[in-house]
Amino acid sequence: MKKWHIHITLITAFVYCSCSNESTESYAPTPSALNIPKLFQDNIIAPVIPNNNPQTTEGVALGKKLFFDPILSGNNTQACADCHAPKNAFTDTARFSDGIDGTLGNRNAMPLFNLAWNYDEKFFWDGKSFSLEHQAFSPVTDPREMKSTWAEVEKKLQEHVEYPTLFQQAFGTSRIDSTLVTKAIAQFERTLISANSKFDKFLLGEAQLTPEEQNGFDVFMDEARGDCFHCHGSDKNPLWTDNAFHNNGLDETFTDLGLGAVTGDPADNGKFRSPSLRNLKFTAPYMHDGRFNTLEEVINHYSEGLKNSSTIDPLMKKVAQGGVNLTEKDKTDLKAFLLTLSDDAFVNNPSFSN
Amino acid sequence: MKHITYILILSFLLLRCESDSTKTTNAEANISFRFSHAWDNTPVTNTDFNTIKFTNAKGEQLSIERLRYLVSDITFTTFNNEKFVLNEYKLIDVENSQNLSFNPSLTIPSGNYKNVSFTFGFNNDDNYNDYQDLNAASWNVPSQLGGGYHYMQLEGKFIDNTSTETGYAYHAIRAVDNSVSPPKFQDTFFEIDLGEITISDGTNINIEMNIAEWFNNPNIWDLNVLNTMLMPNFDAQVLMFENGQNAFSLISVE
Repeated sequence: MKKWHIHITLITAFVYCSCSNESTESYAPTPSALNIPKLFQDNIIAPVIPNNNPQTTEGVALGKKLFFDPILSGNNTQACADCHAPKNAFTDTARFSDGIDGTLGNRNAMPLFNLAWNYDEKFFWDGKSFSLEHQAFSPVTDPREMKSTWAEVEKKLQEHVEYPTLFQQAFGTSRIDSTLVTKAIAQFERTLISANSKFDKFLLGEAQLTPEEQNGFDVFMDEARGDCFHCHGSDKNPLWTDNAFHNNGLDETFTDLGLGAVTGDPADNGKFRSPSLRNLKFTAPYMHDGRFNTLEEVINHYSEGLKNSSTIDPLMKKVAQGGVNLTEKDKTDLKAFLLTLSDDAFVNNPSFSN
Repeated sequence: MKHITYILILSFLLLRCESDSTKTTNAEANISFRFSHAWDNTPVTNTDFNTIKFTNAKGEQLSIERLRYLVSDITFTTFNNEKFVLNEYKLIDVENSQNLSFNPSLTIPSGNYKNVSFTFGFNNDDNYNDYQDLNAASWNVPSQLGGGYHYMQLEGKFIDNTSTETGYAYHAIRAVDNSVSPPKFQDTFFEIDLGEITISDGTNINIEMNIAEWFNNPNIWDLNVLNTMLMPNFDAQVLMFENGQNAFSLISVE
């Protein structure tokens, strides 16, 4: 009987100790739900947030610090924000961004916003990265971009006076590795939400469109004129992109295969991800290779500049005539409408700048 | 005392089982649907896409690059004309192999049904509701054309009468003529009857769409005339509606 008592006492003590250890050692960062805009809440399905990387206050703050810190580059001169500038809706005004030693890439930096609503999670112009976390891995080691190694980045961060503590606060460990770095950056990027344009306010009953802007929207939604809505969203899809891959008739032959180089399927050659039409006011130049400097050039391309190829999207109409040949008024009004999708509050949001 | 307690519990359990079995005459059945596709007698999957390999009734050669369509309101009608309606919809995406097979979330009583049917597209009540997943899939019809949702998007290329590969976008929606005020509408959703089916738990219903039918019967489709900008084309929508009537058939019940 005495033995039983001893056993019970020991077990109780063990359980107590193990519980008390847990309560002192385990650390939970502060959950920080995304601030989902009403139009998104009302119209489209929930954003993608991986179970293994929930949004937290500490994680987002760390991700932001990393995003603006040149420590991620090989020679400590280039941060993510250098090619993804907040005032340009997180893209680059240069056609091709230059890396730390001046080497140019071959694609225009993609703007960054509303990324958590990319349901298929295929990132970059060619969809080569699955998930936002995975996307953040590439630029650090790309020799045309930050030209570093993850081992070097991890070492610099580990030896930094602040980062080990910040990782401890964000992830409960001060041991820094590439997975946690990309998780933090992805958390910050998911907070980059743009939904406060004039057209958003119009849909919420808080603004009026001019007759020109309204006609431009009608052109956008008219299958016989702009027919932009099949790939670029609508008043019911506030992302203004389908995040899918299309050949939009830029070239007869391809120097950049786009999606085709990723899938190996010739039927995908010349296809690139539809970019969102939000924030065009800030994101010139346009197209995957930044070939167009102005919105007029973009609209002219779709109106009379289409080039035929074997993979051109069936939605590109009247290709033999170069396109749908919009009137000058429709072109002007379409541009006016497109600019109503620009969100000044987003590019000026202090939460998103250094 | 112990014995009495056991007897009471057993009696309760037995009574409970009995009352359950008398409540429902037929056991509830989980069922599944599988949609396959063919060009007349040749099976079609997304591996057949992007190549000009089909010939329509008009003799035009064509490819398929994208095929998505909506089915809704699967209905089971008993011999007493009692209807069990699965008030669900599915956007079937052949290009990306999504929803080719699905299990409705609801069960229905096992037994013989004199007809199983479903709606191609949405009926008018359903069409003007808001669906977040369909909005996210950019499946909407512009409000300028009455709003609601596409019923089908069939796209690809054909060899036109100048021997040029040309795109077509065979998009089915509710027919609308918005050149008049108020706009004139005509319903173009339709019900597909699969006939008598015996349902038990685990029954799988295999349905096939013969894609060639959309170009064939009763209207011989001429892609040189009707290839794109078909959504605002009232007459084209009515032709699609007529041609779609025999596009679906029951292949098997397993």
